Amino acid sequence: MLTTPFPIRSVFVALTLLCASAAAFAAPVAQRTLANGMTVIVKEDHRSPVAVSMVWYRVGSMDEVSGTTGVAHMLEHMMFKGTKKMPVGEFSRTIARAGGRENAFTSRDYTAFYQQLHKSKLALALELEADRMVNLSLAEEEFAKESKVVMEERRSRTDDDPHSQLHEQLMATIYISHPYRSPVIGWMNDLQNMQLADARGWYEKWYAPNNATLVVAGDVEADEVLKLAEKFFGVIPARVLPQRKIQTEPKQFGIKRIVVKAPAELPYLVMAYHAPVLRDVENDREPYALFVLNGILDGSDASRLNRELVRKSRVADSANSSYDLINRGPALFFLDGVPAEGKTVADVEAALREQIRILVDQGVSDEELQRVKAQVTASQVYARDSVYYQAMRIGMLQTIGLPFDSSDLQVKKLQEVTAEQVREVARKYLIDDNLTVAVLDPQSLPGGKRPRPNAEGVGRDQR
Amino acid sequence: MTNVSVRCLKGLLALACMVAASAADATLPIQQWRTTSGARVLFVETHDLPMLDLAVDFPAGASRDNADTSGTASLTLGLMRSGAAALGEDEISERLASIGAEMSGRFDMDRAGYGLRTLSSARERDEALGLLAAVLQKPTFPQKIFEREQQRTLAGLREGETRPEVLADREFRHLLYGGHPYSQRGSGEAETVAKIRREGLVDFYRRYFNAADAVVSIIGDITRSEAGAIAEQLTAGLSRRSEPLPSLPPVAQLKTAQVSRIAHPATQAHILIGQPGIKRLDPDYFPLFLGNYVLGGGGFASRLNEEIRQKRGYAYSAYSYFNPLALEGPFQIAVQTKKDTTEDALKVAQDTLAKFVAQGPTPQELDAAKQNIIGGFPLRIDSNRKILDYLSIIGFYRLPLTYLDDFPVQIERVTLEQIKDAWSRRIRPERMATVVVAGADSH
Repeated sequence: MLTTPFPIRSVFVALTLLCASAAAFAAPVAQRTLANGMTVIVKEDHRSPVAVSMVWYRVGSMDEVSGTTGVAHMLEHMMFKGTKKMPVGEFSRTIARAGGRENAFTSRDYTAFYQQLHKSKLALALELEADRMVNLSLAEEEFAKESKVVMEERRSRTDDDPHSQLHEQLMATIYISHPYRSPVIGWMNDLQNMQLADARGWYEKWYAPNNATLVVAGDVEADEVLKLAEKFFGVIPARVLPQRKIQTEPKQFGIKRIVVKAPAELPYLVMAYHAPVLRDVENDREPYALFVLNGILDGSDASRLNRELVRKSRVADSANSSYDLINRGPALFFLDGVPAEGKTVADVEAALREQIRILVDQGVSDEELQRVKAQVTASQVYARDSVYYQAMRIGMLQTIGLPFDSSDLQVKKLQEVTAEQVREVARKYLIDDNLTVAVLDPQSLPGGKRPRPNAEGVGRDQR
Repeated sequence: MTNVSVRCLKGLLALACMVAASAADATLPIQQWRTTSGARVLFVETHDLPMLDLAVDFPAGASRDNADTSGTASLTLGLMRSGAAALGEDEISERLASIGAEMSGRFDMDRAGYGLRTLSSARERDEALGLLAAVLQKPTFPQKIFEREQQRTLAGLREGETRPEVLADREFRHLLYGGHPYSQRGSGEAETVAKIRREGLVDFYRRYFNAADAVVSIIGDITRSEAGAIAEQLTAGLSRRSEPLPSLPPVAQLKTAQVSRIAHPATQAHILIGQPGIKRLDPDYFPLFLGNYVLGGGGFASRLNEEIRQKRGYAYSAYSYFNPLALEGPFQIAVQTKKDTTEDALKVAQDTLAKFVAQGPTPQELDAAKQNIIGGFPLRIDSNRKILDYLSIIGFYRLPLTYLDDFPVQIERVTLEQIKDAWSRRIRPERMATVVVAGADSH
């Protein structure tokens, strides 16, 4: 599985992620660092007799270098392909027989592996996860097959999806130097030329306890989990990690525009602005204001873009914004839209720019501000319904480099955002010198008409 | 709770088990009653979190559409929240947002309704329920908003015409269900949506959003008496049906194999194979469900994944599923693979199915399937949201209130012979509908 490198489309999901662990603090959270440098965090939640175990590695596609893009994700796939102890497929079969569900995900910033099971099976998950941290087989034959699988994944996620293609091209245009310019799944050329040695090198460099966090949430006792973690992961020696170089994207000197042609019916426009990211939970101000700004534009059906562009002026069939508050790398503020019948991408762009102008000229109302804050508060409670998301949130914060227990504080800071701060970040960051615009130019299918079942194939013939 | 069932299975202390099976110790203490208007209510009281989840469902899904105006059911549901009583669209959205409540449409072939998630504190809860009550009982279907949503639906349908997965799905439904209502897409078709008028929505609403057919599912931080009042509030103003709900025509099984190929320039072929599958209340439900875990429902543990992905690297996704509905919902195998391997992957999928139907699972596979489904049962009900969905299914399809307690027991009881028997009677590899969208020159 792959985490989209693009902003989460629904603010509600974003809010849920943001707040998951804040709410979690109703119950105790234990944290310990093992002698080998591995972080262990346990969140007890006794509502249901289940547990989720996640191991997060602080390595993602942003740590890749040119020519081997996609290797972080490729290694994620290879982690299911056997160890010295567990033959190919045995990991998944064992978790399945234990009644478990499992998967993994790779993003620009991290790679994580998880199991959800009955609480009595937690030790099994930890044992197997520790095993593949050090004993991965990485056989040539499995690598050859799995790289085909990953190429199919790329075809399905990106090559055959016009909006994904547009976003991929857009990111490569926005960033000229920062590794966020490459897709998490990798460029097809790099996938075709990837070698087992690339995957092995990646594994040996980054898969170490001192680059990992174990998060366990659910109906467990923290002391027990810490003992199990010590037993299975504590024995793995630390390794010297490669030096991570700071990669700062050079300044942009003016607006950038691209066009992507792909088979589609409807045009589509995306505007992406460079924006600050949350680094200091206590002292940062602007990222919180941008988060609230996003909620005002696109937090619910009551938000501005939907109301003004889709419902009122009918310039667009859909209009969205998004902002990724939490990243290891830099952040972007996105606006996008699909023109309504008879309207063009230029109309949509003009309407989005008009919304920015109104924001900057007139600011936001107290009611709008209160609505966003009410949603943050409610989402904080709703997030507690899912043990999985609670673990997810803790793991993400810790791995990104923010305090894993800072969600409460983040929520508090969001409540402090003022209308003037929202207006100020709109004025400061939503400007042309920060902007890249991408347009999908839809291409009709061959023949210029709707594909229909062909005559000879439709036959209701006996096979 | 699962422990209770397992202990009972092992035959320990039959009497104690009977006691244990009483409501207090059941997996989920589901309370059920009817409102004065006749709506069915299912309720689970839990005070762990200060929140409330509920859903109100009606037999108003896509299968209730007329063939020539399909899309009506979906538009009706969508429009209900765009104006209700004296409230306009913006007001409903703003009021929901201001209390952090989420109201969302629920729609499939059989069912249509609204779900609501809100904080359980009085101010938020009362406001949210008031809005939902208006949406359910006093929708106004404003003409202008109808026209706007009709246009947006048409745009979405035009876009869909360019997407291989959409083309494959539409053709697959068509092959499986011919003229049966289950062949209809919830979105409708460009030709049918263009014909819909506002009056059609009003009429559809009157016909299918009746008190006697409503199922109210509730879980969260309220008492039984509060739940009783809420269920009344949400249903008292619904109309009373004057004539019986029309029954859907029976689903006919395919008499011959049907193959349809659609040219498309996508890099991957989309392959769908299937036939009408099972009903919610189906005597073969458990053998077919459990067997499907082995065939293609069990992720990496399944044969389709093993043969197509793990052994050959043909696909990222390869799976099969049953979608049980009021009538026989689809059984479907789905594979996506690059153009070059289309025919090979298709053949592997067909062979894997044929072999499974002919021979059934091995004893080891059956054992592994049972261990996963029974051992993983708690994961199916580990959140209020998941439980809400089960309450809705139990209420709508009239499943026994003990459905969830019985589930692991029923799985445990299934034998190898039952699986082989059910699959060979019900699933016909030689009469499958097959859709392949692929093969046009790349762009």
